[in-house]
Amino acid sequence: MTDTTPNTPPSASPRRAPHFVSQEPWDPYVAERLTKEQERYYMAGQWKLMWWRFRRHRPAVVSAIFLLLMYFSTVISEWIAPYDLHTRNSRYIFAAPQSVHLFHEGTFMGPFVYGLKMERDPATLQRIYSPDTTKPQQLRFFCLGERYEFWGLIEGRFHFVCPPEDGTFFWLGTDRLGRDMFSRIVYAARISLTIGIIGIALSFALALILGGLAGYYGGWVDSVVQRITEIIKSFPHLPLWLALSAALPVTWSPLLIYFGITLILALLDWPGLGRAVRSKLLSLREEDYAAAAQMMGAKPARIIGRHLLPGFMSHLIASATLSIPSMILAETALSFLGLGLRPPITSWGVLLNEATDINVVAVNWWLMLPVVPVILVILAYQFMGDGMRDAADPYA
Amino acid sequence: MLRFIVRRVLLMIPTLFVISALVYFIIDLPPGDCVSSQIEELVARGDADAHQRAEELRELYGLNLPLWQRYLEWVGGIFRWDFGLSCQDTVPVADLIGERLTLTIIMETSTIAFIWIVSFLIGTYAATHQYKLGDYVASFIGFIGLAIPNFLLALVLLYVGKVYFGLSIGGLMDPEYIDKPLSWGKALSVMQHLIIPVIVIGMSGTAGMIRRLRANLLDELQKQYVVTGRAKGLPPMKLLVKYPLRHSLNPFVADIGGLLPDVISGSVIVSVVLSLPTTGPMLLGALKTQDVNLAATFLLFVAALTVIGMLISDLALAALDPRIRFGATSEK
Repeated sequence: MTDTTPNTPPSASPRRAPHFVSQEPWDPYVAERLTKEQERYYMAGQWKLMWWRFRRHRPAVVSAIFLLLMYFSTVISEWIAPYDLHTRNSRYIFAAPQSVHLFHEGTFMGPFVYGLKMERDPATLQRIYSPDTTKPQQLRFFCLGERYEFWGLIEGRFHFVCPPEDGTFFWLGTDRLGRDMFSRIVYAARISLTIGIIGIALSFALALILGGLAGYYGGWVDSVVQRITEIIKSFPHLPLWLALSAALPVTWSPLLIYFGITLILALLDWPGLGRAVRSKLLSLREEDYAAAAQMMGAKPARIIGRHLLPGFMSHLIASATLSIPSMILAETALSFLGLGLRPPITSWGVLLNEATDINVVAVNWWLMLPVVPVILVILAYQFMGDGMRDAADPYA
Repeated sequence: MLRFIVRRVLLMIPTLFVISALVYFIIDLPPGDCVSSQIEELVARGDADAHQRAEELRELYGLNLPLWQRYLEWVGGIFRWDFGLSCQDTVPVADLIGERLTLTIIMETSTIAFIWIVSFLIGTYAATHQYKLGDYVASFIGFIGLAIPNFLLALVLLYVGKVYFGLSIGGLMDPEYIDKPLSWGKALSVMQHLIIPVIVIGMSGTAGMIRRLRANLLDELQKQYVVTGRAKGLPPMKLLVKYPLRHSLNPFVADIGGLLPDVISGSVIVSVVLSLPTTGPMLLGALKTQDVNLAATFLLFVAALTVIGMLISDLALAALDPRIRFGATSEK
């Protein structure tokens, strides 16, 4: 856009400027020619523009990287966790977290932990664990440790960190069965993080189908879908979620329950998205290009999918991202109340279920630690969703 | 206006019917009933008469009847304030829910009042002191409030109260007042215990409301008439209160439709965490034991509470805003 022709010499000078005639052939498009940078910008597709705009939103980028790392960790949970999800260490019930040290009596030793000594409180019979500071135990890295089945398929023993030889490494303590909290939190991420994604995918599909029907056909279809959305939206979700998940038969396998819960979450979540689809469709189908497609005999499915949907897909994805955290939270809440997932499937909510008795928690505070990843993930999703929403309309 | 009200009220009734039927059906969906778990226990203990006892119990609760018949009986009873028997301890549901329902309604209305008052004060302050320290503090608190899920907050508060202050936050009144008739002391005790749950439940609602009020008021304060008023030397307080503030208060009423379901959902789970004697924990228990009558009654009340709240908000909005009032009547 900027004018790139060379500056003419100041005409105010007393001497007349020499008559100048350019010898170059005249190019009528010189004003319209773009610099490399401008060309890159003008030729970029809408998704590229969105990416550029998203990149400028620092908190969103940081959150996106954090979430990517979290999701990547679920792929290799077996390597990250030093113990298995269900390994019980009956000698270490409610063991306190063992902190990692670097210096033993002033000398550098590399990362190590102190072994745990267990005593019983003579009055309350409570187990008290204290570090035995005489014997440092070196941690092992990139090592062979407990046997596991990688994704339940391939056997392996490789871990990033292993407990010391004939020692223990409970970085975040153990629970009432002596299971390592850190390993459990790592494994639980697998369930907690995927339930949001699967749930939102279901809810997205429902929203597209029902909102699409309502928005495109209008008439009685529209009013029926509208009434349903209104009822679902105006009713408090949690009690309904409770009722629905209580209705899942006890005889179902845990995996089936997992899918049941995602379906339940999606069933109450779609109205928000569905409404957005409907209103966008209602306005877009009045556009000339939609009318043209209709006159040329395109079928509704093609008009919606090919001409209308791309116009508001980015908005939909942004608002879907913003509703993932509420799904993760809902699952956490349900499992926390004992009506959601049940062991052996373990999510952060299932872990928190152990923290319902405040008297137990008051003594063993590390049982509350699953709260931390839940809050971090929710914050990250919120930041990332904000950034995506701002980026969703790059022409604004 | 009258037609508007009548139409809304008439619309409420079928909605409640649909919800009640749906809820009753859903709770009854899983195989088995509330008697089976009790009987299993008896069988495990080696009780020889267990199956006969089961038949008696099923007869008593009418569980042998088909679902629709039980539903009709339950719905019919509602109008006589009779919600059938609770399965757990053979007590009429109506006797079980009375006080809990009152406490729930008290808790929820005080939460809404809390949200309104706090967000009004903070939101107005933040908007009039834009980009000052107080504004940043308010936005920060608001952000935290939106991000931290209320039941986790309740859990953390419970822990902090227990470990660092040695007091139990749970409960809604001092133990000596439980099952006692209403008195000044009891009311006072309930008020004191309400503070924590109300803050916890109202946190996210308050945060959202502060944001909206601040944005609205900022928009309004930049308008020409405010500038004119300031140029003509109106006192700042009058300039703020007379029009801009009144205008930006609309969401307080309009958003109750979104606020109420949130508050009710929040109150259910927070009262389970803090073990408050409200409907939450009992609803959870009833759902777990398939106590259909009890659970359905609670859910029906939740639905009724929401629907009535929405109605009140619509009416208040119509009364406040002539555009809505006339828009609604000209439609017909």
